Amino acid sequence: MAISTVARVGAMAALTALALTACSTGGSEAPGAAGGDCAPSDGPVTLTFTSWLPGVEEAVAIWNDENPDIQVEVQTGPNGNGGTYQNFFNQLEAGNAPDLGQIEFDAMPNFRVQDGLENIAACDGILEAEDQFVPWTWSQVTFGEEDAVYAIPQDTGPMAMFYRADLFEAAGIAVPETWEDYQAAAAQIREQGGYINNFSQSDINAFAGLVWQAGGEWFANDGEQWEVNLTGEETTQVAEYWQGMIEQDLVAVYPPWTDEWNAAYNSSEIWTWVSAVWGANTIASGAPDTAGKWAVAPMPQWEAGASAAGNWGGSTTAVLKGSDHPYEAAQFALWLNSDADALTAMNKTANIYPATIEGANLPVFGEGVEFYGGQKIYEVFAEAGNNVDPDFTWGPTMTQVYNDVADGFSGAVSGSGTLLEALQSGQSSTIDALKAAAIPVKE
Amino acid sequence: MTATTASRRSAEPAKPGRSAKTVKPSKARAGGHSGIRESAVSRTIAMAVMVVATLYFLTPIWWLFVASSKTRADFTTTAPLWFADFALFENIAALFDYRNAVFLRWLANSALYAGIGALIATIIAAMAGYAIAKYTFRGRETLFNVILGGVLVPATALALPLFLLFSQVGATNTIWAVFLPSLVSPFGVYLSRIYAAASVPDEIIEAARIDGAGEVRTFFTVATRLMAPALVTIFLFQFVAIWNNFFLPLIMLRDESLFPVTLGLYVWNTQVSQIPDIRALVIVGSLLSIIPLILTFLGLQRFWQSGLANGGLK
Repeated sequence: MAISTVARVGAMAALTALALTACSTGGSEAPGAAGGDCAPSDGPVTLTFTSWLPGVEEAVAIWNDENPDIQVEVQTGPNGNGGTYQNFFNQLEAGNAPDLGQIEFDAMPNFRVQDGLENIAACDGILEAEDQFVPWTWSQVTFGEEDAVYAIPQDTGPMAMFYRADLFEAAGIAVPETWEDYQAAAAQIREQGGYINNFSQSDINAFAGLVWQAGGEWFANDGEQWEVNLTGEETTQVAEYWQGMIEQDLVAVYPPWTDEWNAAYNSSEIWTWVSAVWGANTIASGAPDTAGKWAVAPMPQWEAGASAAGNWGGSTTAVLKGSDHPYEAAQFALWLNSDADALTAMNKTANIYPATIEGANLPVFGEGVEFYGGQKIYEVFAEAGNNVDPDFTWGPTMTQVYNDVADGFSGAVSGSGTLLEALQSGQSSTIDALKAAAIPVKE
Repeated sequence: MTATTASRRSAEPAKPGRSAKTVKPSKARAGGHSGIRESAVSRTIAMAVMVVATLYFLTPIWWLFVASSKTRADFTTTAPLWFADFALFENIAALFDYRNAVFLRWLANSALYAGIGALIATIIAAMAGYAIAKYTFRGRETLFNVILGGVLVPATALALPLFLLFSQVGATNTIWAVFLPSLVSPFGVYLSRIYAAASVPDEIIEAARIDGAGEVRTFFTVATRLMAPALVTIFLFQFVAIWNNFFLPLIMLRDESLFPVTLGLYVWNTQVSQIPDIRALVIVGSLLSIIPLILTFLGLQRFWQSGLANGGLK
């Protein structure tokens, strides 16, 4: 509805912006200069910040105490795809968007293409902050442009393998280090009546994490147009691997996030989950009877001895277009996502896993976790975070991609069609969607 | 429960009337005996259908009640339709404790939006419907048809235009953004008109006028009483519509303290992946959030039923 017009304007604006990046140098203090300008406001300011992180108010309260002249008001709503992104676009259209908003990595290109983000590269200390963040997260907020920063990374979801250490040991199966081992283990586990994993038909971003690990890229942008590649070599490899697992009945296919899915883990039917760092709480909550029996190992590899990891989830704090106080907003965003107290507070209330390099060293991540037999599981995830390929690019219409591919995947798990066919149909529907939004795309 | 008792109650008195009516056209019937036997069969079938329908509608609520009474560990590990350790009150306490009792605030907001909103909407609809039914003026039918057209426009389709309008006057994220749009009920106007035309005789209005009552007084003291069953229906419909309205608050509101309970629970539900424990609160919160609706229905059911029956006779 409203989007299409915004998109059309935004696409052009983005193109212009991309073409002009060479000119828009940071630090230009000239008043009224577009893009590169970022000067402090006079007098006290109040910023609005929309986030769906539970309890983010606690971290914000620390800032408000320390900065009486820059007060931040928290607004909330459902998670991004649950309505907040749509709200942001409505608000951008109406001109009353909040100064700051939480935006997940996979939604960033959508906002960039629709020109919903302020470039805060010229604001004090923002470009210099790059070194503080895990490398791949920074490339997600700059889109590879020079002198451009569109958000500050907040949290990440580096992936690893949760596995039932007790069951593997009792069955005498070695913990798989490659995907080949993993499939062999799957067959052995199946003989014992269990499943090695559950293939999620609806978490397409988790599948993207697996492709990410394999070195695949779904989107690319050369500054002029987008390229969609949902069926590249690596993606095909991953899709065929899991297709084989489904066809040989080596993985369960419960709809994820349901009671029966939880019950399958709780009853020890499923032995592993290749998931992100935040999944640690999901298992602990959904499968309470298995406490103490889990452990975490790096993701299985496509090449023996490699250490590639994928990522599933994570978000940023962006300064939305039209903010009257981009300087102050940028300072707050940087503080919120790099200050040890703020990160600790957000980890406590919302289990976030920080995007800063230093964040992995917070005391809370150095402790052993009882649910995982006392293992210091976050060491595995910190290592995984450093091994995530920085070149993976999300597309501007990820919600549509997820929906379209999920339709095909849910058919594939019940035997109609294959994962690869779902991706092929997703490929063409994505190109159509980009064209419909007047976003230039290579055919 | 409410459905069965209500249906039984209304089924009993309806029987003699129905059989009396059906006897007339079918003279070939052998008389009393076969009539009774037939009605016993049809009664059994009707009962069976009612029982199935009741189960169909009540099972989710039963599930909700059972799930609300479980501890987090029991929730995933025990049978979904039967009780484990009864922890309902602990869950409710946890719900009220979470984030400074924001849930109670949401309940109060919903009660305000739905209660006051439905009351004012009913008054406005009644006045409009009465005026259209009882006064002749130019453009009356056009006006009525335009309002009737409003019934066809889904509220969801209006949410975005409303958001842009409220943005123009800077009133998004306020109580008014949700409250004002709730005050109109095209269906209420329609029902009021039909009902006023049928149940308020012109003679009574004439008599009131002769006795010296003004038009406004006639409406409030005479007409509203005769229209009471319709007004209760409008109030109930509007109350439920506002209570369940989700899309408008979703688009309009950012401030947690203004949320109605539907939006609040939805927001929590989207946080489940971050904080799995919150799921228990969403479930027990959902249970509590339907109680006001049930109470309203039980309280106003009597008026409502008689209203439907009256409408049916005419």
